Amino acid sequence: MIKAIIIDDEPLARTIVREYLLDYPQVDIAEECNDGFEGVKAIMQHQPDLIFLDIQMPKINGFEMLELVEKPPAVIFTTAFDEYAIRAFETHAVDYLLKPFSKERFDRAMQKWLEKSAGDRLPAEEASLIQVITEAALPNNRIVVKDNSRIRIIPLHDILYFEAADDYVKIHTADAWHLKNKTMQYFEKLLDSKQFVRTHRSYIVNVQFITRLEPHEKESYLAILNKGQRIPVSKTGYVKLKQVLGL
Amino acid sequence: MQALPNTIIYKGRNKIYFIAFWLIWSIIHVWVLQEWKYTAEEAWTDSCVSNALLAAISVVIIISMHYYLPRKEQLTYFSLMCLGAAGIWITLTRFILSYIVPDGILNAFTQSIPVRIAIAILILGCIILINVLLYAQEEQKEQERRKNESDSIARDAELYKLRQQLQPHFLFNSLNSISALVVARPAEARKMIQQLSDYLRSTLKKEEYKWVSLEEELEYLRLYLDIEKVRFGHRLSTVLRQDEKALPLKLPALLLQPIVENAIKFGLYDTTENITISVESEMQGNMLVIQVRNPFDPDVSKPVKGTGFGLNSVQKRLFLLFARNDLLTTDIRENIFITQVKIPQ
Repeated sequence: MIKAIIIDDEPLARTIVREYLLDYPQVDIAEECNDGFEGVKAIMQHQPDLIFLDIQMPKINGFEMLELVEKPPAVIFTTAFDEYAIRAFETHAVDYLLKPFSKERFDRAMQKWLEKSAGDRLPAEEASLIQVITEAALPNNRIVVKDNSRIRIIPLHDILYFEAADDYVKIHTADAWHLKNKTMQYFEKLLDSKQFVRTHRSYIVNVQFITRLEPHEKESYLAILNKGQRIPVSKTGYVKLKQVLGL
Repeated sequence: MQALPNTIIYKGRNKIYFIAFWLIWSIIHVWVLQEWKYTAEEAWTDSCVSNALLAAISVVIIISMHYYLPRKEQLTYFSLMCLGAAGIWITLTRFILSYIVPDGILNAFTQSIPVRIAIAILILGCIILINVLLYAQEEQKEQERRKNESDSIARDAELYKLRQQLQPHFLFNSLNSISALVVARPAEARKMIQQLSDYLRSTLKKEEYKWVSLEEELEYLRLYLDIEKVRFGHRLSTVLRQDEKALPLKLPALLLQPIVENAIKFGLYDTTENITISVESEMQGNMLVIQVRNPFDPDVSKPVKGTGFGLNSVQKRLFLLFARNDLLTTDIRENIFITQVKIPQ
């Protein structure tokens, strides 16, 4: 049996996928979800082989949801997303269905996936593609993290700084920190360089919280944040910081 | 002389001022000469000849400035022009006068050449200065006009872009709903096609900057909300409440649309619970007051107090129409976002 989950905030849109799946008796719909939060829970609970995923959904979008799943299952996107994101899909091999889609188009997507030995986890090549799209289509004002089983949406303007921590990045807010399984380069590229400056190999700082800069050791500095945190600033970091702050 | 109608001196009342100046100046000229040692007849001859020539030369200067206005080194150019013109003028005047006035008077004329040249330079200088100023003013006006024009084009483009952001999504998702309904509930599918067609038709028909009645605008919003109800009927309810008296009142076309789209975006697309979106209209004094309420998810979107979410374009439009910034207000009560718009009647 192939386990599938449909994640879409519109019941009628889920109806279509369900109806089209009637021709695939080997596919069992384990659950239907209304939003990304439900989606993450359902994926962890059912460990599906395949998900049908909408992109625009309440709370967190489809890409953000995928980020929270450690080993994402195979994904067929069902979306009315705009052209530019679709082009990103097309240049790579992940399948997507553009709403409204026909039964033939749906069958082709299913065929493609079934041929890739049903039940396999997402092939590496496609996993990297999801990464690419995610960076292009993430909302640019927030970051979604998962603390144990709780999903949190952190507005960027609440983030004081990012700190490298082995395979993770520690995201510090005024009263807590959260871990995210990403690299410093990932955040450096994602974030607006006028607001977030990579001051050090292991630190990215939100400049709006910097209250002063102090010389530290030879050719290095410390950025003091408004709650007293002391963030290392390297020589190159200092040059970047000076530029952004207009010193 | 064909060029004259295009010069600045010809515009509006400028030509009257120009002629009046020369008449007054000629009379002053006569008076001064009579006080000195001229008879009335001699003074009039002198004044007419020299001032007619000077006026002709200034017209030539004005026309030349119409064709060539130096950007750089204006001062040098105009000073040389002044001196040259004054020199030509005094030579010509003396030449003509030598045929018509007695020798004594011609001697007196020769004596007074320095004063005459000084006065001529002063007058020509003033004329050049006035011309330069008028041209600068004209250019500034032209620049302003161009700026206004480009602003309005940018504004139109911006509005168009804003509308385009939401429309295709709305359209394709609606078509997807129809696609789902066709098999299971064909009658509803047909109804939805009808609604969508009506909605699209009125969108195409609408023109920005036209005024419509509240009744018309509410009908349009009702269509839009009904379509959203097909997609999200399981959790969307809408309330449209209005004063009978307010229905015939007028408002700019498509002004409410972005406000309601905004309410849908934050109240419906970004939430998961059952929600109600309400549009209430009434007449307060000489104002049409419309209030749109929608819930929002404080975890996802933190509305900024003041301008609200994406309501800047509405604010801008109201300012352009009424030159007031207080017509659009937003308020937050618990997790309800309230947008209020007032339209002066």
